Amino acid sequence: MSASQLIQKTAGRLIRPAHTPRTRQNNFAQRTFFVFTLLPVILILIVTVALIVRSLPILNAYPLSDLIFGKVWKPTNGQFGFLPFILGTFWVTAVGVILAVPPCLLVSIYLAEYAHAKTRSFAKPVLDLLAAIPPVVYGVWGLLAIVPFVDKVLAPLSTRWLGAVSIFSVNQPTGFGILAAGIVLAVMIAPLIISVMYEIFSTVPNDLRHASLAVGATQWQTIRNIILPQVGPGIIAAIVLGASRALGETIAVLMVVGNVPQIPTSIFDSAYPLPALIANNYGEMMSIPLYDAALLSAALVLLVVILIFNILSMLVIQRMLRRKWAS
Amino acid sequence: METHIQVKNLNVYYGKQQALKDVNIEIPKKQITVIMGPSGCGKTTLLKSLNRFLELTDGTQITGEVLLDGTNIYDREVDVTEVRKVVGLLAQRPSPLPMSIYDNVVYGMNIHRMKKDRKEYKAAVRHYLEIAGLWEEVHKRLHDPATSLSIGQQQRLCLARGLAVEPEIILGDEPTSALDPISSQNIESRLIDLKQQYTTVIVTHTLRQAKRLADYVIYMYMGEVIEAGLAKDVFSNPQHERTRQYLEGLF
Repeated sequence: MSASQLIQKTAGRLIRPAHTPRTRQNNFAQRTFFVFTLLPVILILIVTVALIVRSLPILNAYPLSDLIFGKVWKPTNGQFGFLPFILGTFWVTAVGVILAVPPCLLVSIYLAEYAHAKTRSFAKPVLDLLAAIPPVVYGVWGLLAIVPFVDKVLAPLSTRWLGAVSIFSVNQPTGFGILAAGIVLAVMIAPLIISVMYEIFSTVPNDLRHASLAVGATQWQTIRNIILPQVGPGIIAAIVLGASRALGETIAVLMVVGNVPQIPTSIFDSAYPLPALIANNYGEMMSIPLYDAALLSAALVLLVVILIFNILSMLVIQRMLRRKWAS
Repeated sequence: METHIQVKNLNVYYGKQQALKDVNIEIPKKQITVIMGPSGCGKTTLLKSLNRFLELTDGTQITGEVLLDGTNIYDREVDVTEVRKVVGLLAQRPSPLPMSIYDNVVYGMNIHRMKKDRKEYKAAVRHYLEIAGLWEEVHKRLHDPATSLSIGQQQRLCLARGLAVEPEIILGDEPTSALDPISSQNIESRLIDLKQQYTTVIVTHTLRQAKRLADYVIYMYMGEVIEAGLAKDVFSNPQHERTRQYLEGLF
């Protein structure tokens, strides 16, 4: 048998008819799974496009700057200023993140660097449970515990010690407001921030810890000099991810924030964040001209901000985690 | 021969598995002691018991004593960071810290506030890089990242970093196993030069390296010390059947 004959014979054995039943099944399965995998991407596109289309009436009626920087919200008069809501969202999120980050950083450092395996295997599920509590339960807790606490304890303390500082002055003594919402939010976003920070700490190779400990550094010196400089960008990303969760949180916030469309000047002021605006009003008073479009453009603004936050932090975090598997 | 480290009745467990069984040995001062034996026999565990690195692994239980000039390093009053300052470790894989070459050498000295000013640190960096045989190669780029060095250079940098905190003892956990032959030889000759001043304990799985370096040999098998003694005695006339088989390459 010549060489070319041999090749032909072998090739003939390997080439099968293209459409046997099992290859058809395999192709069908692969395509079906692919379509379902594509769904989330399609959904995000559909939601975004739908929001843009439904916002168009108001975007055509008013310049964007009038909407975003408008201070007055009187839909019946045709005044649609989003500034109070945008600032309300910003204030509540900022207070929540500022309250959450320092303790979360300490907890994640403890869990990643100091805790024994046993402590860790107990503490991590408990933190996950904290994330499993429904937001409405946090809202009730805020209503029953945090609002009175702010009203009876924090507000008087602040009046006494920090009254001169405008962002701490108590103008509306009810307890409902940015601080109460910020405290509730801080507790709600803590589990996410801690677990992302923990993952980030675990991307630092043990060799580095050992190199530092081997010359007689304490664990704290190792954390401060070696580990923290390594994880900086990841920590920022974890905070931004927590912030994006806080930006979108609706029900727990609207139960304690007071829902007054005003431009806040103090953490004790009531506010009216965007998600609360949409949730409270969509479906009511829809006969007012452009009201529907106004609320949906508010939703669009919120969506875009949260998407940007999420994408940026995910990119950083994924890059750090990849480094972990690479090393 | 003066004893520097004495290990007494040392037992180590990882969870339920016993890694060291009643180890009793004496390690002589300013000599090179080589711990050898087949994989998984407890060589590295014994080595890491000497700078209290075992406790970095969760679930490790240690009983017995490791006496360093008569002081038990596992005593509750002993400061573990002082132990690790006195007992330096050269790891299996070079582990430069993510900073410059210069800062790597300064790192430990700075941790212990050993020098007064920049001038003293500069002099010390030069001194220890010279001892590690790296000065000539790096003195023009001290502020480059340590990771820009070749792997053999990185290991010598780690040696300089370890020596800079003025230890009395150098532990080496297969310190040449990740290196090419020339870099290995370089590290080996450093260790031989340094044995005048430091007590050195090396784990190795290559018999030839053991023969080149050792003044004193510990042979381990299955978590037990089978035989320990002067290198020339053990290599030429092993007392135990297992040691003889290992030396002849029978397993």
